[in-house]
Amino acid sequence: MRRIHRLLVANRGEIAARVVRTCARLGIESVLAASDADLDSLPARLADRVVRLGPAAASESYLDPDAVVRVATAVLADAVHPGYGFLSENPALARACAAAGVVFVGPAAESLEAVGDKLSARAHAVAAGLPVVPGGEAADLAGARTVAAEVGYPLLVKAVGGGGGRGMKLVGDPADLARTLDLAVSEAAAAFGDPRVYLERFVSSGRHVEVQVLGDGTDAVALGDRDCSVQRRYQKLLEEAPAPLLPDRLRRDMADAALALARHLGYRGLGTVELLVDRERETFYFLEMNARIQVEHPVTELVTGLDLVAEQIAVAEGLPLRIRQEDVVLSGHAVECRINAEDWVHDFRPSPGRVQRVVLPAGDGIRVDTHVQAGSVVPPFYDSLLAKLVVHGADRADALARTRAALRLLRIEGVTTTVPVHEALLADPRFAAGGVDTAFFERFLDAARPVGVR
Amino acid sequence: MSAVHLGPDDVRDVLRVLDSNGLDELHLELADLTLTVRREGAGWTAEQTVLREPVRVRTSGGPAGRAVDGAGDGRGDRDGSAADVPEGLVPVRPPLLGTFYRAPQPGAPPFVDVGDRVVEDTVVGIVETMKMMTPVHAGVSGAVVEFRTGNGEFADDGAVLLLVDPAGADVA
Repeated sequence: MRRIHRLLVANRGEIAARVVRTCARLGIESVLAASDADLDSLPARLADRVVRLGPAAASESYLDPDAVVRVATAVLADAVHPGYGFLSENPALARACAAAGVVFVGPAAESLEAVGDKLSARAHAVAAGLPVVPGGEAADLAGARTVAAEVGYPLLVKAVGGGGGRGMKLVGDPADLARTLDLAVSEAAAAFGDPRVYLERFVSSGRHVEVQVLGDGTDAVALGDRDCSVQRRYQKLLEEAPAPLLPDRLRRDMADAALALARHLGYRGLGTVELLVDRERETFYFLEMNARIQVEHPVTELVTGLDLVAEQIAVAEGLPLRIRQEDVVLSGHAVECRINAEDWVHDFRPSPGRVQRVVLPAGDGIRVDTHVQAGSVVPPFYDSLLAKLVVHGADRADALARTRAALRLLRIEGVTTTVPVHEALLADPRFAAGGVDTAFFERFLDAARPVGVR
Repeated sequence: MSAVHLGPDDVRDVLRVLDSNGLDELHLELADLTLTVRREGAGWTAEQTVLREPVRVRTSGGPAGRAVDGAGDGRGDRDGSAADVPEGLVPVRPPLLGTFYRAPQPGAPPFVDVGDRVVEDTVVGIVETMKMMTPVHAGVSGAVVEFRTGNGEFADDGAVLLLVDPAGADVA
């Protein structure tokens, strides 16, 4: 057990501000490691102190494990919180932290490796008794044909090193298999430095539902589920908790599956087990496990009343779980809208620049996690997430109504934001009915986009 | 952390006080922050600015630890200033600001090089902005005369990426 008194936040944006907030509440001194582009950011103003991590280019700052450990050591930090993205699931950072005697606020390097590679994650899921999408590795064309014969068409060719929708190709016809396989292998080698690919059955109507887990290395608890089916090019736009319209049996089985995997891994930390719910078969399959805090964690916080960053820090300190499964009681429904600096009318073109004014909705059940205020610069080097509007309601209909009202009051001026696309989405009766699949949002966009704009 | 930033719970407490007193607006100015809360229709809005300056730790040692002054705003200063575009040549500018790449991927041959002929829709490079890639089209017919922004360099809105000689289009 090691108490954390000073914590280095090795990330940027809203999650940096989010981690700093919990540190302040817990009396932990926060030091933000910022690139040159972020030294004057809102998180830098909120943190107790800020230290330069490196140049604006992420490869030389937020993505450089040596730089992070060097800075952590220089400021005498007890721990490093990696946030999400960047190095959050990088075993090299976890090992370098351990070697430097600094606590990594995340799972053990072995766990990161176990779930970091798609094939390894799949093998662990199978070993833990989780259902997986029918499929298998395709070392060559003959192997691919054998797997394809079992899986059937249409199928997906996925890069072992991919994730988040990257390195994935759809094959509708057996005649296209050879060509797509060649392309997928060469692209995987170029993009991920790993040419291995595998084949998987394509589920035509699937929902993306994930279970939040927290483990202390011995035991684990499930903290409810989230529905993240509203996606564009595999990027989530809106998430909610709990996942609507799931049969009780399915929801229970999914939570049990996530716990089985966490226990099988001896998992210590916060993690998310992503599952694909097959709408037609009313069943689910393991997709992947994310070994970090996620962007959409606040919807879970609002329905459970927990501070997930605080729990994450506690298990990183070596404390046993302080939540028992029977203590996890979900209340109401929560929705998160990701407000990005993008122009949805022009194919979600990025909109970096200087923010002139930030007016946020406030009141009961409303929370906005953001890293911008009047005068903030949104640099072009990183992702476009400006803020997350998170709204809690008594039930789903109430949460959606409150979200609509809150969106009308939210104004981030100076850059173009995705507020209008959320307003349009929340006005859509199919979305309001609940339980849309992952293909819904692209169809919605095709219909909703103003005439004459591509 | 004292009153550097008011969280949702703090703001909610402020709203309760306003509500119970029938007030519609409050403007608060503290040493480290300003906050304006306002009733808007049936809801409330909050506008908060953290004035506190970042407190920098200066470390010595490796390159990442070296303190560098002037945080900048993340925009490059090498913007191939538009002032010195020679007469008769046409500058190609980025469709939006971002990091300019001359080739589709590292190690690949460049899209175009000096001396190459281009037409309006020839792709002469890509810019990466917020992890999104946007192709750069020449927008003019002619011959590439010079690159003003190098591979991997940041290009601001008005930057000149390269110069095209429209007369070069006729040269065999």
